[in-house]
Amino acid sequence: MPKRQDIKKILIIGSGPIVIGQACEFDYSGVQAVKALKEEGYTVILVNSNPATIMTDPDLADATYIEPITPEYIEMIIAKERPDAVLPTIGGQTALNVTLELDELGIFEKYGVELIGANVQAIKSAEDRDAFKKIAEKAGLDNAYSICVTTYEEAYAAVKKLGYPFIIRPSRTLGGSGGGAVYSADELEVKLRRGFDASPNHELLLEESLLGWKEVELEVMRDKANNAVVICGIENLDPMGVHTGDSITVAPIQTLTDKEYQVLRDKALRLVKEIGVDTGGCNVQFSIDPKTGRQIVIEMNPRVSRSSALASKATGFPIAKIAAKLAVGYTLDELPNDITKMTPACFEPSIDYVVVKIPRFTFEKFPVADRVLGTQMKSVGEAMAIGRTFPEALQKALRSLETGRQGLLGGKESKYDNLDQLLIDIAVPTDNRLFLVGRAMELGATVEQVFQATKIDYWFLNEIDKIIKKENSVKGVELDSLPIETLVELKKLGTSDHRLAQILSSKTKVKESDIRKLRHKNSIRPVYKTVDTCAAEFQSFTPYLYSTYDSHSDSNVTNNKKVIILGGGPNRIGQGLEFDYCCVHAAMALREAGIETIMVNCNPETVSTDYDTSDRLYFEPLTLEDVLEIIHVEKPFGVIVQYGGQTPLRLSMLLKDEGVPIIGTSPEAIDTTEDRRKFSVLLSKVGLIQADSGTASTIEEAIDVSVKVGFPLMVRPSFVLGGRAMAVVHDRAELESYIAESVEVSYDRPVLLDRFLDDAIEVDVDSISDGKEQMVCGIIEHIERAGIHSGDSSFILPSQNLSAELIEEIEASTKALLRDCNVLGLMNVQYAIRKGRVYVLEVNPRASRSIPFVSKVVGIPWAKVAARVMAGESLKELSELGIYGDLNKFSNYQSVASKLNYFAIKESVFPFIKFPGVDALLGPEMKSTGEVMGIDTTVPGAFLRAQVASSNPLPTSGKVFISVKESDKIHCVNMAKSLLELGFEIIATKGTSDFLLTHGIKSKSINKVREGSPHIVDLVNEGGISLIINTPEGTGPLLDSRTIRSTAIEQRIPLFTTLAAAEQAVSAMQLRSSEAKLGLRYPSGVSSIQEYLGR
Amino acid sequence: MHHEKPAILVLEDGKVFKGFAVGVGEDTDKEAIGEVVFNTAMSGYQEILTDPSYTGQMITFTYPHIGNVGTNSQDIESDKVHATGLIVKDIARNPSNYRSEKSLPQYLKDNNILGISGIDTRELVLHLRTHGSKIGIISTRTNNISDLVDKAKTAPNMEGLDLVPNVTCKKAYDWKEGAWCGLQADGKSYYTSYSDQVLSTRPLVVAIDFGIKYNILRLLTEIGFRVKVVPANTSATEIMSYKPDALFLSNGPGDPAAVTYGIETTKNLLGKLPIFGICLGHQILGIALGAPTFKLKFGHRGGNHPVKNQITGHVEISVQNHGFATKAETIPKDIIVTHLNLNDNTIEGIDAPDLNAFSVQYHPECSPGPSDSQYLFKDFYNRVVNN
Repeated sequence: MPKRQDIKKILIIGSGPIVIGQACEFDYSGVQAVKALKEEGYTVILVNSNPATIMTDPDLADATYIEPITPEYIEMIIAKERPDAVLPTIGGQTALNVTLELDELGIFEKYGVELIGANVQAIKSAEDRDAFKKIAEKAGLDNAYSICVTTYEEAYAAVKKLGYPFIIRPSRTLGGSGGGAVYSADELEVKLRRGFDASPNHELLLEESLLGWKEVELEVMRDKANNAVVICGIENLDPMGVHTGDSITVAPIQTLTDKEYQVLRDKALRLVKEIGVDTGGCNVQFSIDPKTGRQIVIEMNPRVSRSSALASKATGFPIAKIAAKLAVGYTLDELPNDITKMTPACFEPSIDYVVVKIPRFTFEKFPVADRVLGTQMKSVGEAMAIGRTFPEALQKALRSLETGRQGLLGGKESKYDNLDQLLIDIAVPTDNRLFLVGRAMELGATVEQVFQATKIDYWFLNEIDKIIKKENSVKGVELDSLPIETLVELKKLGTSDHRLAQILSSKTKVKESDIRKLRHKNSIRPVYKTVDTCAAEFQSFTPYLYSTYDSHSDSNVTNNKKVIILGGGPNRIGQGLEFDYCCVHAAMALREAGIETIMVNCNPETVSTDYDTSDRLYFEPLTLEDVLEIIHVEKPFGVIVQYGGQTPLRLSMLLKDEGVPIIGTSPEAIDTTEDRRKFSVLLSKVGLIQADSGTASTIEEAIDVSVKVGFPLMVRPSFVLGGRAMAVVHDRAELESYIAESVEVSYDRPVLLDRFLDDAIEVDVDSISDGKEQMVCGIIEHIERAGIHSGDSSFILPSQNLSAELIEEIEASTKALLRDCNVLGLMNVQYAIRKGRVYVLEVNPRASRSIPFVSKVVGIPWAKVAARVMAGESLKELSELGIYGDLNKFSNYQSVASKLNYFAIKESVFPFIKFPGVDALLGPEMKSTGEVMGIDTTVPGAFLRAQVASSNPLPTSGKVFISVKESDKIHCVNMAKSLLELGFEIIATKGTSDFLLTHGIKSKSINKVREGSPHIVDLVNEGGISLIINTPEGTGPLLDSRTIRSTAIEQRIPLFTTLAAAEQAVSAMQLRSSEAKLGLRYPSGVSSIQEYLGR
Repeated sequence: MHHEKPAILVLEDGKVFKGFAVGVGEDTDKEAIGEVVFNTAMSGYQEILTDPSYTGQMITFTYPHIGNVGTNSQDIESDKVHATGLIVKDIARNPSNYRSEKSLPQYLKDNNILGISGIDTRELVLHLRTHGSKIGIISTRTNNISDLVDKAKTAPNMEGLDLVPNVTCKKAYDWKEGAWCGLQADGKSYYTSYSDQVLSTRPLVVAIDFGIKYNILRLLTEIGFRVKVVPANTSATEIMSYKPDALFLSNGPGDPAAVTYGIETTKNLLGKLPIFGICLGHQILGIALGAPTFKLKFGHRGGNHPVKNQITGHVEISVQNHGFATKAETIPKDIIVTHLNLNDNTIEGIDAPDLNAFSVQYHPECSPGPSDSQYLFKDFYNRVVNN
């Protein structure tokens, strides 16, 4: 059955911003789907609000709409583009939810659009808990005993039947938002409320507890001819009770007999058929009672998912690509297996290695958040590793996390010596439980003891025990007397050189490099094996490789001219999709230049780890040891370290010292910008200024600095990433408490204090240099005042409040910096503009988080251009080549910017909803997980779109609560007037209300929380507020306003915590309202990014 | 820590792999010889080891961790281990599964089977894929490599080898066990057992035992047959004396062309009884119908090959275990090719409608492996009752 000829144009719905539960994996699936459908000759229309994605590259789809993923905007796109079909299964839960909404509104019917890949009935059946259970039963599957409730009364009745503990599962949520185990009546009320609030249809499933059972998952593909295959089975190391996204998972399934596995497989296939998934990929999760083998179905997703991305990377089978092709009518047997070429995609991959995925958490960003893991996902990323055995894969995955760990043992937990306490602690699943398990076993806990505490399967514990026993066996051994045989055994168990050096340092200090030298002297090096879908049964044509300590390499290294690109590792706050975008672009550009590209990365969600992104893919940890071994076998002419964010940058000096050829800006130049002293010298040479600053190694020194420099001060530890532990302090008391509580201060680890430039405009500049010529790629103006981390602030391009003279000055300064820092490639500079003076905040000679945004808005793929610059071509040559657009005109940025006839605004998206109690206030420490873009011919229009896209839609009526800090009060007068004119009622706390009255503005006064009920939080909880503008004073523990903010987050009420953003919001509402008076909808339409760029 | 005894695997072409012995005590030396083959299934090692079709072969498992779920008294396909050797990357000494009764190393030891672990099995598989199946020797005597190579070279090749007499039953018997039942809330699992009374009313199938897997017998019983198993050299006359309603030709080891008596019996019964054959039984039916076999370079062994049913167009994920295949170009005109392997287009199933005889090269009884093709037992039953 060949592809369908009756459809020509297909709309793909993306997943929007990166949030917890929905990350890069949907960019990966989206890119695969777009490419697969284009390859078949279809016209592909794409909607995704996330500008950092590769899928929204203007070169990929035929028309790309960077617009909110809401029924309103998608209808506009459908009305304009008139696609024949919509593929809703590629963009995660977001795409499925909006599809259901569009269907309910009759949009598909209205425009004669067909859904392909999944039908509404199937989506509903999988989503609706009750319907799902019935279908599962019909298909002969066991369900957990459970009760579906929509009211508190029903819930109380259900709890009487179920007893404690039981599980709450809200309907239709991402990553299990609002779900969790309830252990006692004390927490019943709170957890029920959270669940009901999270569910868009106010529906909960209360379920028998399966805590401690095994959890497994099958990835299934089905075609319209009812051919169905299981691509991969995945077993969770963490027993039931921890969300799969937060669990350590292993492929293939390790602890089921074939009889059990086949029953499971039969059930999964029957279920998928019964649900009515016509074509495509879906996952089915099961829970298995380890004592009886009883199998309970937990859930299924009729779409590609985080697990399907993992399964694709784990097996080499491209689930999203095949799903897209099945959706247009192919059957599995008609599609080739890309890797073997000779055999069809209709098979079940056999793997001859072990895959371990470990989630990456960022609790350090949210110190008050609960680290106990449950059914609501909390991790922000993941690392995957491949090894020939489980211990090897596990230890590789652990060092891929980039949390400073170099394996299972030897981390911070090494200081715990109380085994009894550890055995109690490991009973509770947290982000670091596995390390505590390792430590307990290191101290002598038996497999049985650990099993009793954790219910982690004996098999995993026995394998972990192999690592512990072997590492323990060399404790106290000196390097010289380490038997080579033992060294080999340790390497086979995945023990890193770094960890081994640590163990052997008991008497004399052993360095990682000592172990490396010993290994190399004895020719102990890893070999590289291929991920080939078939356990070597057939020849494979895609060099998708992993390292292992075994005897034979089948990697077939070439002698081509090649470049290695080091990727960004697991997603975390501060480092995510944007860097993957850059790495992928580097691979694309260098391929276009005829250079062999080699990608090294360990993040299974990404496009960069798709086997056809680069010529060769090494799925490996990004540590010095692992990278050096790859360089040893590949012998590249250059290594790119400036695209993967902090991860490869941290390696750059170390690699350079080992003689690795790093291309682009030299590690020394990078170091200059990071070393404050060298950097100051450089700035004065260029004639630029910085805020006054100082360094302090004691609290007394800090006070001295504060006296010299003056408050407010921006303070931070000397080594920080993503603004870790940065804060603004306003007086001596705040400074003292910061130093006492937030950081360890010593002569090794001084604190840096900068005069905080309050009320300054912050500007991000992306720029490029080929060593001869310098260009500014984009000047972005932040909407919030300086002081908010650039990853969290919203910003606009082209800038709005910078004069031509200022832009000229910024351009000139940036070019001077490019020259004097000897930049080869990209550089990002952050400036603050205060009272007409331009201060340099930070210089980063590497790809920045804003590069994808800038590239899309100005229409030049800067990451590609810079990659080729690094490989030796000049901007002039590339401009003449023409394939990346007219670069020449960027020799004068001012003229480019002035010609842009549209505006793009980036808005950040935050994970606060997942961390109840965490303050939603923005500051110098980055907290956002993702971003959206609004683009329009007007600024308010762009702002409005960005707000809708970031799920912070601006209300049209209702009550606005205003509570602003003293210095903002005068500025909010006009805003309040405008709000009244727009028909809003203003609610304010006494102080603000009185102040407004003195300016003739009437508002209703309400109690602060501490003034007693009924207070503002009561009102917010009752749903009486439709917009909150809250700019708090200082950084102290402002309990009152903090409760307001967290309640707003929980109740999903639009919230602005800076006056600048609130002002933009009011302008946008004004424009919308005036258009509405003329009977017009605002924004009135949609344009594709290709249209904006004039293509 | 477990002290590991060194062992080596030597192939007839001189290739050597060093590893550790499995299934042998520290103070005894042992040697095993056989055709080295590889199986890509990731589960079901106990079923595979006890499958009589592996007689004379040493099995390399491509999945690196073997033995994770131990062994038990239910997951068997015959009364003993038939493979002559086991070759793995890693063997689990501490199994984990609620049904496990014994670790795999202990099970091998009790069955007197030698294995080798700790070798680069992917390297071995690539070698076999490139150079074809090889005779190999696993030995704990690790210093006489050239002797071992010589011994491997002189060992008989599979081609022309009749291994059926080693595995067929000595005398006819009745089979009464049905399908597996497990995963119940009480944790009990068992095979359904049928009484003589129930069985007495059913159509009788005589199954010629060329090395039959238990699960074929279980599924024939489960679908509604009364099953009598007979030795491979049972004559057509003897078979007819049971007054059967149908004939089943089982799987088994070795070269089908060498099983001349089985081919003869089949020829004699063609057209007289509905016939269903699996694996070796399929090859024998093919030869009886005029289509000879050839030896595949390295065979098909695993649980993931796509087989397309040419009649329905449906693709089945099949269980494979064969080193020989029916020559496509020799298939007579009146024989329908019903199933094809989508990986290499080899013949996976034939039907002689005029003679009411059909067969498949692969293993619809699975165990281990996917159950996609179990419908063939129902097809057979329908053919018999409609006959």
